[in-house]
Amino acid sequence: MSHNCIYSAADFKSDQEVKWCPGCGDHAVLGSLTAALARISSEDCVPREKFTVVSGIGCSSRFPYYVRSYGFHGIHGRAAAIATGVKTANPDLSVWVATGDGDSLAIGGNHFIHAVRRNVDMTMMLFNNEIYGLTKGQYSPTTKLGKVTKTSPFGTIEKPFKPGELAIGAGGTFFARSVDAEVALTTEMLVAGARHKGMAVVEALVNCVIFNDKTHATYAGDKATRAENTILLKHGEPMIFGANRDKGLVLDGEQLRGVRLGDDGVAESDILVHDAHTANPTIHFLLAGMSWPDYPVALGIIRQVEAPAYDAEVHRQVEEQQATAKISNVDDLLGSGATWKV
Amino acid sequence: METQKITEIADVVVRFSGDSGDGMQLVGTLFSDAAAVGGNGISTFPDFPSEIRAPQGTVAGVSGFQVHLGAAKMTTPGDTCDTLVAMNPAALRANTRGLRPDSTIILDDDAFTPKEFRKAGLVSDDPIAELGLEGYNIVAPKITSLTREALEGLGLDVKSATKCKNMFALGLCFYLYNKPLEHTFEYIERKFAKKNPAIAEANVRALKAGFNYGANTHSFANTYNIKPAALPEGTYRMINGNQATAWGFIAASEKSGRPLFCGSYPITPATVILEELAKRRDLGVVTVQAEDEIAGICTSIGASFAGSLAVTTTSGPGLSLKSEAMGLAVMTELPLVVVDVQRGGPSTGLPTKTEQSDLLQALYGRNGEAPMVVIAASTPSDCFHYAFWAAKIALERMTPVLLLTDGFIANGSEPWCIPSMADYPAIKPPIIRELQGSQYFCYDRDPEAGARTWAIPGTPGLEHRIGGLEKDKRIGCVSHDPTNHHTMTELRAAKIARVASFIPTQEITTGDPEGDLLVVGWGGTRGHLQGAVEKLRAEGKRVSHCHFNWINPLPHGVEQIFSRFRQIVVCELNMGQFAGYLRMNFPQFAYLQYNKVQGLPFTIDELAAHFNSLI
Repeated sequence: MSHNCIYSAADFKSDQEVKWCPGCGDHAVLGSLTAALARISSEDCVPREKFTVVSGIGCSSRFPYYVRSYGFHGIHGRAAAIATGVKTANPDLSVWVATGDGDSLAIGGNHFIHAVRRNVDMTMMLFNNEIYGLTKGQYSPTTKLGKVTKTSPFGTIEKPFKPGELAIGAGGTFFARSVDAEVALTTEMLVAGARHKGMAVVEALVNCVIFNDKTHATYAGDKATRAENTILLKHGEPMIFGANRDKGLVLDGEQLRGVRLGDDGVAESDILVHDAHTANPTIHFLLAGMSWPDYPVALGIIRQVEAPAYDAEVHRQVEEQQATAKISNVDDLLGSGATWKV
Repeated sequence: METQKITEIADVVVRFSGDSGDGMQLVGTLFSDAAAVGGNGISTFPDFPSEIRAPQGTVAGVSGFQVHLGAAKMTTPGDTCDTLVAMNPAALRANTRGLRPDSTIILDDDAFTPKEFRKAGLVSDDPIAELGLEGYNIVAPKITSLTREALEGLGLDVKSATKCKNMFALGLCFYLYNKPLEHTFEYIERKFAKKNPAIAEANVRALKAGFNYGANTHSFANTYNIKPAALPEGTYRMINGNQATAWGFIAASEKSGRPLFCGSYPITPATVILEELAKRRDLGVVTVQAEDEIAGICTSIGASFAGSLAVTTTSGPGLSLKSEAMGLAVMTELPLVVVDVQRGGPSTGLPTKTEQSDLLQALYGRNGEAPMVVIAASTPSDCFHYAFWAAKIALERMTPVLLLTDGFIANGSEPWCIPSMADYPAIKPPIIRELQGSQYFCYDRDPEAGARTWAIPGTPGLEHRIGGLEKDKRIGCVSHDPTNHHTMTELRAAKIARVASFIPTQEITTGDPEGDLLVVGWGGTRGHLQGAVEKLRAEGKRVSHCHFNWINPLPHGVEQIFSRFRQIVVCELNMGQFAGYLRMNFPQFAYLQYNKVQGLPFTIDELAAHFNSLI
């Protein structure tokens, strides 16, 4: 390991003053990211200059300014497209996308699904606070049905997106979820996402303290709530949750069902074992779609499957064509095909 | 067999016209290529509907390919045609306007049936009378049945055999204009011999059958010969504008050492640029067929940030969609070339037809003060030159550049004397490779050119953040400071204005430096304007032509030229956008206008008549 690659989280903090509101969930995710970058750089020997953070528009999209690396603050909705260009132009870079529920699921929805479909090797941090914060409190595509906001004074009448369903539906190869306050878990998800060869979407449930305070509180507000109302999925382990680890998930026909261990003779062996690596997305889709109070909210890596990454495939084609090329420079090109002399 | 008389002529216009599925674009191209290889000057004009296969036999489904070949360099595809090949009544009906009284019309008699007349919207069973074509030299072999007969014994089904009728028509035209068949045999060999020898043989037989029909039946009183043009020595090839544009970028990539990246979304008539670039993985070209126009430009901006020569290609409606992202490239001061192959607008407009109506969108179609360099190519082959220069300016001046072409020059083709890359200049982008001093200031700029430095991700010590928010004029951090914004606005404008010292001084294109009338144009109208001015000058008129390729900034020397003419007429395929731009830049002159928005190029005759009326 090269000496150049030993970094601490502090080495990834830029000199810019962080301007999010006090109490905003984004602060915690920034801490998770700088910790994740320090880990990846040190453990995988990735020097700082290889990291590039790309964003769109919104509170979370200010992220690049606060990370000491290469950064590009784009325009609304286009982070995934810009990052696709960065990574495809230079697959040697470690590319990160910071984006929000408005940025990537409304104005940038098209770029989101296509980046996922192409499986561009980059890690997207999808900050889901279920609100437009920077424009001061309008509902977003993930706002809970019926929520009163400035543009839904009588409550929203739009069924929200679940980002995980969208990502898995678009053929995504990696989807994980964390919560702002679970800094270590977020870090772990980001590291796993970065190491995944392909597009990794890490949804961070973040709190907007000003315009949508406590939107995630009933299932993720504090440690005790999280223990009871979320489930941390781990590949190969049974889907058991609760402070006393007394609850679990079983497959009932085509549906997941929450059960209590011991009730009606339910034993641990009846509980579904999480297989994040199966190509079949059916259970992953169900897990990503679980919402409280009907189900615990799933955290951790929900889906992680291998597939060729777009950027690597592009450059594989370049190498293949160059290996057998008859045309090796522009003079060859201009003189190719039918020509005649005067 | 008695020998027919061969008449020497200076030039001729041939138009192949038929149903969209009849292969007219192919035979038009093969005819042009054969003539070009034989040394003729060539200018082509493919003219096709936006529907891929409109109802068979209808006027809406007619696809045409016009070629002008001559014993000199041809600057336009010709106003009217000398020979029209009409494979069905709809093709005849669609092209009556482009005929002269002495034109030859070659028809497929098999297709001239009452059923086809009705499809073509003809009311009578005598299309010649109905369309007023009595007196034309009409040659009407039964092309379909003669083709089928020629292919008997090859075991082809009727449909496949009938498909070869375009080759029969081509063979007949080769006979009429004394062109050799070898070039087309070679094409057929390349295209079909391996995959389908029977089809290859069928095409060869149909071609020969057409040629022999002409020789044996004495359908034509004369045949014609057009001598090779006295062109400069060199190796030539045919090239169309879209291909030339794509290759110009590849050349700039080689000269700059920056890998070429094209993010683009298919749109008529620009798509061929993306297709040409997608073929060139062998030269390291990376193409991303994006999910939409916005992603096309945004992937390119990302690639530019990552150190590529990034281009994105589109046509009018797509340019509208790219507006916001162009502003981002202006703000981040990254090199980027945006190609707009103009077509008839507004909205979806006339997708396959030409127009010059995106000029003001190119100049001003962005929010905020967002100046960009704007360049317009004017012939199929000079798209190579201007694409190269667009890339050179973008890379060396760290700015987005908009390259305007149009459907006419993008689809049109001409012989091109292949340049040597040794004759093209180096491209030296201001890449910074290591930290100088204690901190990297990404908006530090070259005092002369005004370009900032380019620190490419992956370079140690130069980590920095840029984006769409206004930046501090030096450090590059976000700045909301009022006077900084004013200064940055001026710096961005000055950077573009200074390009005027980098480009050639404006010159007269044709004619004397003073006179009664100066014909001003820009972009793809060059050949027609030049042709009309030459025509008037041959009549002794004091007319000159001044053609613009560099639109923003305008070159030096314009006022000196304009001031020496009694009248100035600005001719463009829009309602006067360049005229308005000139009025704003040079208000001391009066500008007449000549405008046309029919989805068609100018004709030399209409221009010459108008200029005559002004003198």
